[in-house]
Amino acid sequence: MFHWLEQRPFFFAVMLFLTVAFAGFIEIVPDFSKASQPLVGKKPSTVLQLAGRQVYIKDSCNACHSQLIRPFKAETDRYGMYSLSGEYAYDRPFLWGSKRTGPDLHRVGNYRTTEWHENHMMNPPAVVPGSIMPKYPHMFTNLADLATAYANASTQKAVFGVPYDQKGMPKLGTWKEAKAQALEDAKKIASEMKNQSVKDMVAAGKVPEIVALIAYLNSLK
Amino acid sequence: MQSNAQLEYDYSVVKLFTFATILFGIIGMTIGVIIAFQLAFPELSNLAGEYGTFSRLRPLHTNGVAFGFTLSGIFATWYYVGQRTLKMSLKESKFLMTVAKLHFWLYFITILLAVVTLILGYTTSKEYAELEWPLDLLVVVWWVLWGVSMFGMIGLRRERAIYVSIWYYMSSFLAVAMLYLFNNMEVPTFFWSGDAPSSLMHSISMYSGTNDALVQWWYGHNAVAFVFTTPIIAIIYYFLPKESGQPIFSYKLSVLAFWGLMFVYLWAGGHHLLYSTVPDWMQTMGSAMSVVLILPSWGSAINMLLTMKGEWQQLQTSPLIKFMILASTFYMLSTIEGPIQAIKSVNAIAHFTDWIPGHVHDGTLGWVGFMIIASLYHMAPRIYKRELYSKKLMDTQFWLQTTGIVLYFTSMWIAGITQGMMWRAYDDYGSLLYSFIDTVEVLHPYYTLRGIGGLFYLIGFFMFAFNMYKTATSGRVLDKEPANASPMA
Repeated sequence: MFHWLEQRPFFFAVMLFLTVAFAGFIEIVPDFSKASQPLVGKKPSTVLQLAGRQVYIKDSCNACHSQLIRPFKAETDRYGMYSLSGEYAYDRPFLWGSKRTGPDLHRVGNYRTTEWHENHMMNPPAVVPGSIMPKYPHMFTNLADLATAYANASTQKAVFGVPYDQKGMPKLGTWKEAKAQALEDAKKIASEMKNQSVKDMVAAGKVPEIVALIAYLNSLK
Repeated sequence: MQSNAQLEYDYSVVKLFTFATILFGIIGMTIGVIIAFQLAFPELSNLAGEYGTFSRLRPLHTNGVAFGFTLSGIFATWYYVGQRTLKMSLKESKFLMTVAKLHFWLYFITILLAVVTLILGYTTSKEYAELEWPLDLLVVVWWVLWGVSMFGMIGLRRERAIYVSIWYYMSSFLAVAMLYLFNNMEVPTFFWSGDAPSSLMHSISMYSGTNDALVQWWYGHNAVAFVFTTPIIAIIYYFLPKESGQPIFSYKLSVLAFWGLMFVYLWAGGHHLLYSTVPDWMQTMGSAMSVVLILPSWGSAINMLLTMKGEWQQLQTSPLIKFMILASTFYMLSTIEGPIQAIKSVNAIAHFTDWIPGHVHDGTLGWVGFMIIASLYHMAPRIYKRELYSKKLMDTQFWLQTTGIVLYFTSMWIAGITQGMMWRAYDDYGSLLYSFIDTVEVLHPYYTLRGIGGLFYLIGFFMFAFNMYKTATSGRVLDKEPANASPMA
């Protein structure tokens, strides 16, 4: 049979494809719709938090930080309750990471504050002596991309039926409304920060990346 | 149908891809060495503002070496091995020649754009699939062009049976096409932005959360399989017998290893998700199939080593054979190491630690890098029609790079297991013994050693680039091709 196949590249390619595709077909198809249902009460991210998530992705925080607490005592003692599938239901893309050069962040909102993040992102070793994390001062001057975050949320709503604008869920509305709401949220974060230029920018209606990122990190619980 | 007249092969596309291999190799590996030292000396992370941090450069390194260096090497060898084992020349078809050239240029432009966009922070965050959607579309175009060239060349062949190498190239083409398409299903958010001035480049994944993770690692693991494994096996199946003058040890073993690998590899993706929230049976399948994977992997490797049966003295005389034999040996090492890491209880310690990059690099530096370097060295006198510039330099390069690899993986083994054990250590009162930062500080010497290992490898790569350049420009002109036995004869 193999000699026969090796002289007929077309059938060879068909056989090959079926052999290769088999595993994916068995593994992915049956459980696909079941595997990603939200936990009861799980809310999608606000526009400001999504803007922060985009900063997290832009600077590849996931290259060094996981967001997946495995069900071991050593992990739950260190990071909190182990992760559940339903907590990730609105995550596009998922951000589990594959390497912990730094600690897991899945529940970092439970034990770090706005002020801690502000100091830490500016100069990590000043907060955690011995830290090898890079400094991220550019996040204090670059502006968060709220417009894309809005597009992100409205795509989730329109294409994937994520429950924005429903009762008890975050409000999205029009771009104008969403922008005003994001600015409102940003002011709350900025009021807990001490960096004057960040406060000034937010007061002037501009949201630096650091504010959005902190909003996102605080939402990880 | 085989005619005895000498075919005139066309190597213009081979030369272009050879150039790209060396260029992207230098870029990708240099960034690799920089980020390795950034972990040992974090001040290095802040020399170029936001564009020089470890986190921005890491995807650039992985994409640069995987899709820049490795793919170029694969394409270079494809256009060489393809013509020769199919007994056809690109000269015979204007159409295929145009496709091949277009394939190169679109590919080259994509990788350059990838460098720029990744530095600017345009990334989807999915590992080895970081490129944003406009670039993904470009990738699809030149991948299809590669397929057209592949099946077009097969269609024009004079040799009825297709050689083992071609099976493996075909598998790369088909599997990566499937994996890449499904994993990069993404929705550009621009089209739902209403009147918000949003970015055209941004997209979100079609899948969410656990599903996204599942698809990503089904892809991620098998991108490794069909970029770092099968095409490299294709390369060794052609170049080792050619260079050594020995026929492949066993045809049956080739068949068994090939179909075995095709069937088993895709299942193993689940081992990246052990103890995560994907269904338990998939984790178990991933773990079990990873162990089964030892069989076809070692099948190929043993077939290669036994090909040298009775001819081991060639190791003393030919640095090229040394590269290839050590590459098979590293292939055996990393295909036993991977399954060990995929065992659930081992994975509990190994996952998230530096043992994983350690594993990746004994495979990529030792197996992928060495095979590509060896194949380019083998092709050089035949495509440039000049003698290799310096065998001695080649030998020095071999030892320097081998030392580099050993430093790399030994330091990462120790670092990974040390950190994995420290994360789970408890004191007598039942509290965690180490804070996270303790487990980072302890790694400093290993990170330094790893950087030095990487630097050795990089210096070796520069020697390779120099040797190739000198061969192409000032090697002694050969009036006929150096003779070797043919695996097809």
